[in-house]
Amino acid sequence: MSLIEQVEKQFETFQILTEDGKVVNESAMPELSDEELQELMTRMVYTRIWDQRAISLNRQGRLGFYAPVAGQEASMLGSQYALDKEDWILPGYRDIPQIVFHGLPLYQAFLYSRGHFGGGQIPEGVNVLMPQIIIGAQIVQAAGVGVGLKKKGKKNVAITYTGDGGASQGDFYEGLNFAGAYNAQTIFVVQNNRFAISVPVEKQSAAKTIAQKAVAAGIEGIQVDGMDVLAVYSAVKQARERALNGDGPTLIETLTYRYGPHTMAGDDPTRYRTEDLDSEWTKKDPLVRFRTFLEGKGLWSEEQENKVIDQAKDDIKAAIKKADAAPKQKVTDLIGFMFEELPHNLKEQLEEYKAKESK
Amino acid sequence: MAQMTMIQAITDAMRTELKNNENVVVFGEDVGQNGGVFRATEGLQSEFGEDRVFDTPLAESGIGGLAIGLGLTGFRPVMEIQFFGFVFEVMDSVVAQAARMRYRSGGVYHSPITIRSPFGGGVKTPELHADNLEGLVAQAPGIKVVIPSTPYDAKGLLISAIRDNDPVVYLEHMKLYRSFRGEVPEEEYTIEIGKADVKREGKDVSIITYGAMVHSSLKAAEELEKEGISAEVVDLRTVSPLDIDTIIASVEKTGRAIVVQEAQKQAGVGATVVAEINDRAILSLEAPVLRVAAPDTVFPFAAAEDVWLPDYKDIVEKAKTVYNF
Repeated sequence: MSLIEQVEKQFETFQILTEDGKVVNESAMPELSDEELQELMTRMVYTRIWDQRAISLNRQGRLGFYAPVAGQEASMLGSQYALDKEDWILPGYRDIPQIVFHGLPLYQAFLYSRGHFGGGQIPEGVNVLMPQIIIGAQIVQAAGVGVGLKKKGKKNVAITYTGDGGASQGDFYEGLNFAGAYNAQTIFVVQNNRFAISVPVEKQSAAKTIAQKAVAAGIEGIQVDGMDVLAVYSAVKQARERALNGDGPTLIETLTYRYGPHTMAGDDPTRYRTEDLDSEWTKKDPLVRFRTFLEGKGLWSEEQENKVIDQAKDDIKAAIKKADAAPKQKVTDLIGFMFEELPHNLKEQLEEYKAKESK
Repeated sequence: MAQMTMIQAITDAMRTELKNNENVVVFGEDVGQNGGVFRATEGLQSEFGEDRVFDTPLAESGIGGLAIGLGLTGFRPVMEIQFFGFVFEVMDSVVAQAARMRYRSGGVYHSPITIRSPFGGGVKTPELHADNLEGLVAQAPGIKVVIPSTPYDAKGLLISAIRDNDPVVYLEHMKLYRSFRGEVPEEEYTIEIGKADVKREGKDVSIITYGAMVHSSLKAAEELEKEGISAEVVDLRTVSPLDIDTIIASVEKTGRAIVVQEAQKQAGVGATVVAEINDRAILSLEAPVLRVAAPDTVFPFAAAEDVWLPDYKDIVEKAKTVYNF
């Protein structure tokens, strides 16, 4: 067997729940109470509704930039649920649900979408960064935060998210390598939704899995069924424990799918995806699977689901209202954020724009 | 003559050169199957095959290295940086590697690369997609920097860029992609890189500009006309190297000039133009040469673009200041 075949054999997909909600990996079942299991479902349903509302608000011109998340709920929310409140999240542009459930108020997520600096004013005690736009930039920074946490003796991790496309960037390899070299308290999650905008993962790399890229960095790597919220939760929980025990960073590849377009800014997935592939993946839907599992245990009902849906709709309405009330941005605001102390050119321009704005 | 948008003219230029020269290859993120996120390469892969028009992994630095490597092996690469705000990922390839190839090899090697990229503001893209970073590349010796403002110029300049044996950064202002149509010959033609174009003749004040600001300047010139001020609008078309002759001829005629750029004021193209005018035409000047530019902050989030970007009113005001000096 060739070296590469031997490596690839080590990266079989980790799964706990099958597509029809059956437990196939009892020994790996995470220790979660009934309430915690319900909370996971609640968050996924909530996020699915939020996604639908966000798409519709975007179409009405009331939201701005939006990258749909439907299909990725298990991958996003299962991973965040395994974190401690003090852990750090370094998100990519699509990873808004994780940072909201980590403490960023929903209305600020909407302000971020609209391109308002208020979206980035993270409240104290919420350890998240602003969503990263430059693909891969968050990965090297997450290595840095993971090193910082370790040096400060904190019992916390940094977790960062990117997509399969992000795993092509040089920064991805550098981040993994740095984290390995410094034994950083970092977890790298690659949400492999199969397309970097339009380019399929098969055309992005000769490697069969993204998880195996951990090998060259000398760190742990695992491929997880990203439509299985229990498997994702469990993998992150273990990676977290490993990091805090001083056993180093982990690369987690979650196999998932985005049902919608790359973003709402003109992307048309029918140009690069087939209906067959879409329906192959909707059969793996994370909500359907987990709902079946919970119903089997008598832990979920239509009534409960409707309650979550109503709550989500109310919250979104209130958050949009709050976002609408944010003051219009001025150039003088921007100038004020440039430096702790303004240099002469900006002082001059500040006066110029103050005069302009008061007209 | 065909009526085309700027983006159609750009596609047409690539099609022309893909037909003309089998060594021309076009690549970048999403440029193949998807035809580019702005559809600049629409239809080119199906027409010329995946061998010549292809998708790359999502890695700007890799794209730059690929272009340099293909250039060294006899190809004429046309690479796309999906948004010029992502150029930092590939800056080494552009300003350090491609730009120095001729010098480092004592003239043995060169980089016949065209680096196409959408840039500029006003279309409410997410953060770091819109920006005006032309000054950064214009400061790098060894690279030409071309910025068309009309569909006609876009086609002729892109064909010239692809045929050029040195690296050319070709910047496409996003706001101009589909905002209007213009006449574009279906046959091939070139426009010399490094040649400005007087887009409107005038005698009282020169407005020297490029990119989307050409259109704001033309609008400003109309407003100024109503007040009896005759403005000449010079479209640089290439910001490095500058067309000194056209700039100086215009300033010598009008005796007054403003330089208009969408980019932040600090250390930009506009500053270089002012310096060249001072060097060469100081005795023709009736007033100081002033600049219209964005403030010296980072490029703002989408919701603040409208108040941040310079507009035609700023140009009118500055032109009047110079006129009434």
